Amino acid sequence: MSAYAFYLGMAYGACALAVVVEALTLRARRRRAREGAKA
Amino acid sequence: MAINWYRYASPATFLPVAERLAPWFASAAAALAIAALYVGFVVAPTDATQGEAYRIIYVHVPTAWMAMFVYLVMAFWSALALAFNTRLSAMMAQALAPSGALMAFLALWTGAFWGRPTWGTYWAWDARMTSTLILLFLYFGVIALRNAIDDPRRADRACAVLTLVGAVNVPIIYFSVRWWNTLHQGASVTPGSSSMATTMLTGMLLMSLAAWAWCIAAALWRAGAIILERERGAAWVGALPSARGAS
Amino acid sequence: MTAIAPRDDDAASGDALGGFAWALARDVRLALRTPSELGVQLLFYIVVVTLFPLATSPDRAMLDALGPGVLWVAALLASLLSLPRLFALDQADGTLEQIALSPWPLPAIVSGKIAAHWLTTGLPVVLLSPLAALQYGLDAGAIGVLAAGLALGTPILSLLGAIGAALTLGVRASGALVALLVLPLYVPVLIFGALAVDAFRGGMAYDASLSLLGAGLIAAALGAPFAAAAAVRIALD
Repeated sequence: MSAYAFYLGMAYGACALAVVVEALTLRARRRRAREGAKA
Repeated sequence: MAINWYRYASPATFLPVAERLAPWFASAAAALAIAALYVGFVVAPTDATQGEAYRIIYVHVPTAWMAMFVYLVMAFWSALALAFNTRLSAMMAQALAPSGALMAFLALWTGAFWGRPTWGTYWAWDARMTSTLILLFLYFGVIALRNAIDDPRRADRACAVLTLVGAVNVPIIYFSVRWWNTLHQGASVTPGSSSMATTMLTGMLLMSLAAWAWCIAAALWRAGAIILERERGAAWVGALPSARGAS
Repeated sequence: MTAIAPRDDDAASGDALGGFAWALARDVRLALRTPSELGVQLLFYIVVVTLFPLATSPDRAMLDALGPGVLWVAALLASLLSLPRLFALDQADGTLEQIALSPWPLPAIVSGKIAAHWLTTGLPVVLLSPLAALQYGLDAGAIGVLAAGLALGTPILSLLGAIGAALTLGVRASGALVALLVLPLYVPVLIFGALAVDAFRGGMAYDASLSLLGAGLIAAALGAPFAAAAAVRIALD
């Protein structure tokens, strides 16, 4: 299992990271859009 | 059930719907992903030939499917945008492109990390991966065109035309790449699947549903942001309740 | 360069063939006024073809492997170079708007422009390709298959390229953007064109690849002018 841990980690890690980054950037974008709408 | 669909074609009415639905889809995505991981890692057996590395297909195949599927949905909204000249349809297409591009990228990334331990190479020019790479280029093209055109309505229509032209070409591209691949590599080394244990299939399906739910959530959130950005001047936006809402 | 606007009596009939012929004749005439521009594109083709053996190695095996692919990719790149000329010049001096307003159907005009583009860029590449193919030691038969493929493929490049050029009219950095938009669409043409030559040299049947290119040409000729015309209207609005 340890031999493949690197590959599994890189694969699943990238997916998890992508989801988290997407969620955070979307949240920031929506916040900015709402602020911009108020202004 | 007679729903007045045209009511929801207005960005103003769609925004609260999108904001309300998105968290549900995100939660569903999380739940489905957990279920998929459980089935994929705990329930499904180890592959006889490939060892533990094969478990990457539980993210590789779903992301590849979603990359294709999101493009089709984008093409659908693009067709609507051109046919009915509705702003919201174009905004939905605009919201979907980054999600689709991300899925295509993840499909390639996970495919590379599956290929290395299995076939000894990060990139093998097999038909599906090469087609997915070209699909990623098509996504980049749509996004680049959107960013290059300043006028939002012109960008809407131009990207819609480009998306539809790309949609027509995707099967042709796939077919030609497959032909090219079989002629050059003989026996297929595609990460395909002849017979697959039911548990493996279940894990893949669950993760595909998770990816689908996540793409919907992300697209709804992004569409909400796009609506607010583009409708900034409109009166209804100024009348929105304070920005404490769903986040 | 003075623009030639459609004269009222030219446009009187408003039929598609008239529009096609008018646009074809006009664009060819305009292109021939700057023959050096056309010459430069051909030189670009030759230079690109020459680069690859220099970058890799000139031995037989390498040339055999590289040949068809390089000859096709170079044709692709050369056709990309000349795409901006298709609509941008007319848009800059306002002729494009007048054309769009004329009674001729816009797809017919666009078809004429595309045909002129091919005659002045694609066809010369096809005619020059045997010369370029000499650098890779292709024999007469292979050259024939190459030229036949290019004769079918370069019009497709013009047709698809027109869509890209129309979509990016007046946009910043449109040169690279057109390449990004259009090159993925070119992939099937590239694959079948190069495959035909490889098949011929391997003693296998090459007619399937050429037939597919022919089918692609028909499909593109039927669809692309309408897509490009739609894109032109989008850009002009």
